[in-house]
Amino acid sequence: MGIQQIIFLLVVVVTFRIAYKAYAAIYRNINLGKDREIVGSEGARWKNVFLIAFGQKKMFKRWIPAVLHGFIYVAFLFTQIELIEIIVDGLFGTHRIFLPFLGGLYTLIINSIEILTILALVATVAFLARRNLLKVPRLVMNEMNGWPKIDGNLILIGELILIVGVMTMNGADVMLQKIDPTHYHDTGYLAISSSLAPLFLDGWGQDALQVLERFGWWLHLSAVVGFILYLPLSKHLHIFLAFFNVYFTPIKPRGEMSNMPDIMGEVQSMMGITPEGEALEMTDDMPDFGANDVTNLSWKNILGAYSCTECGRCTSVCPANLTGKKLSPRKVMMDIRDRATEIGEKIDSGQTKYISKDNAGETTLTADNFDDGKSLFDYISQEEINACTACNACVEACPIMINPLEPILELRRYEILTNSAGPADWMPMFNAVENSGSVWTIPDARDAWTADIED
Amino acid sequence: MAAENMKPEILFWVGCAGSYDARAQRVTKALSTILQNVGIDFAILGTEESCTGDPARRAGNEFIFQMTANQNVQTMNMYGVKKIVTACPHCFNTIKNEYPALGGNYDVVHHTQLISTLMEEGRLTIEGGAYKGKKITYHDSCYLGRVNGEYEAPRKAIEALDGDLTELKRSRANGLCCGAGGAQMFKEDEPGDKRINMERVEEALASGADIVAANCPFCITMISDGITAKEKEDKVMVFDISELIVNANGW
Repeated sequence: MGIQQIIFLLVVVVTFRIAYKAYAAIYRNINLGKDREIVGSEGARWKNVFLIAFGQKKMFKRWIPAVLHGFIYVAFLFTQIELIEIIVDGLFGTHRIFLPFLGGLYTLIINSIEILTILALVATVAFLARRNLLKVPRLVMNEMNGWPKIDGNLILIGELILIVGVMTMNGADVMLQKIDPTHYHDTGYLAISSSLAPLFLDGWGQDALQVLERFGWWLHLSAVVGFILYLPLSKHLHIFLAFFNVYFTPIKPRGEMSNMPDIMGEVQSMMGITPEGEALEMTDDMPDFGANDVTNLSWKNILGAYSCTECGRCTSVCPANLTGKKLSPRKVMMDIRDRATEIGEKIDSGQTKYISKDNAGETTLTADNFDDGKSLFDYISQEEINACTACNACVEACPIMINPLEPILELRRYEILTNSAGPADWMPMFNAVENSGSVWTIPDARDAWTADIED
Repeated sequence: MAAENMKPEILFWVGCAGSYDARAQRVTKALSTILQNVGIDFAILGTEESCTGDPARRAGNEFIFQMTANQNVQTMNMYGVKKIVTACPHCFNTIKNEYPALGGNYDVVHHTQLISTLMEEGRLTIEGGAYKGKKITYHDSCYLGRVNGEYEAPRKAIEALDGDLTELKRSRANGLCCGAGGAQMFKEDEPGDKRINMERVEEALASGADIVAANCPFCITMISDGITAKEKEDKVMVFDISELIVNANGW
């Protein structure tokens, strides 16, 4: 076994060890949410996965970013073939193991990867420009200051490194094929490398080219390892979770707010529709209604939060945000993710000070007895959630079917039902509906308007 | 007209705005006029109708929603209601999408859908060219358009008027909210740069339209208020689609 193989094996094992822990923590954090059934047939949800996740259908509401993103996305998918080869070569000390098996098809695949890589390069540079020079409004808003901005740029820089790795590896290889064809098999003409490499590498000796080829190969691998380890800390996790988020998006009418069976049961028993006994007991131990933290949101909302890549399409169409209100649907999703991560990290710390007072006797900190005295309202203010018009523009805008409206309305439910807070202006409306069956308290009969059209 | 012992073709769900708001009452009367002229036998629940609960539910008050919604489901099931038409997209959405979970299953149509169907069937025709040469723009309400996917029926009705239908910059699935939804109608705005209805009205004025056609009583209020604030109420009128039809036919 060569030294490169040993290093490769070590890199792979260490990467997977660290990555496993990080991804398991995210899985745990998503499951901090309440268990909610996902309605809708498998077939319909798979159809969404193919059209909206794989097919990027909703991206095309905006052409320019859709096409640019499409370059990087398709390049990413194709490069996986090369990555599999890199793993096999790395483990067995072979070189371009697929070439003898695939022949002409191999040339076609590598050519596709090369062309897509150049398109991805164009897109990456364009994306860096959109963030840093053109300052596309939705990419430079307040909530993007600090880490989100650095995160966005780091990903693009990581992509540049990956592209440099791939092209260096191929370019050096093409030159070596001419010098040492027994070790470096003929890949056939490569659209980019075969034409560009001679311009840069003409006159390089075999040793130097071999070092350069290895450098490119290891750079490519390092970029991949870097991404695997970086993703759990980043919005870029969408490259995996987008598919899950779309698959788990329920198929139901957009206008249907989730029913609250406890409250329905109570009201129906008060009205004599259902027998008394089945109803909710009205005591001091009333359950919390709605959500004040990620732990009483649906796990699907937290999955959505970790799937969000902070593109801001939701916020850029939010009528409240457009008219200068504080509400930003993207920030709501970012806050949910940050709060879930905070709870996860605190649980991992194991510190008993986070065990809730109700469970004072317990010695092990778990998700069930956790209480750090904070809530999602430390991240999201009432001013934000109260500004929502429930217009569903954010829901429509999200390319990967995240629903920011659902958690906003759950927070409102907590505000009104559990905290008995909320805008004072709403109280007369609530009272009017309760007492007179209308949103306004008006002394006239509801059918007074018929007086002058009676037939 | 109350639903006592009658089995009419369709129940006209009037809604709070349609019952009490002076502007929306005119839409209620316009739709009644259309139904009567077409010869559709309809009923209203009258004093037995109660708010569908949409604003209470979206404000977060599930108790109030459940009280009023269950009351309505009880009433309509008692009368054996099968088909419902309403001129309010919020009532439409709640009855269609949220009452089934409470045991209320009805065939619900928005009035613009009924109007479009009646036109297709030839039962409703537009006489005269009252709107010939007039520039009409259409404001998609969130709860008929983006939420329930109905973009065509209201446009077909407008096109039948022989006017010049001009689309707003943000229309159909990208339509901009008037600012009233999610119970915003009943409270002051949070601090910001401007009111949402002003943002929408600026777009409508930019379209150069003489008439803004709408399908929702709350949109009509918000857009009319915005146009008045811009002092353009003499130049640009806001009408429900049913009113345009009644006016065109001189009913």
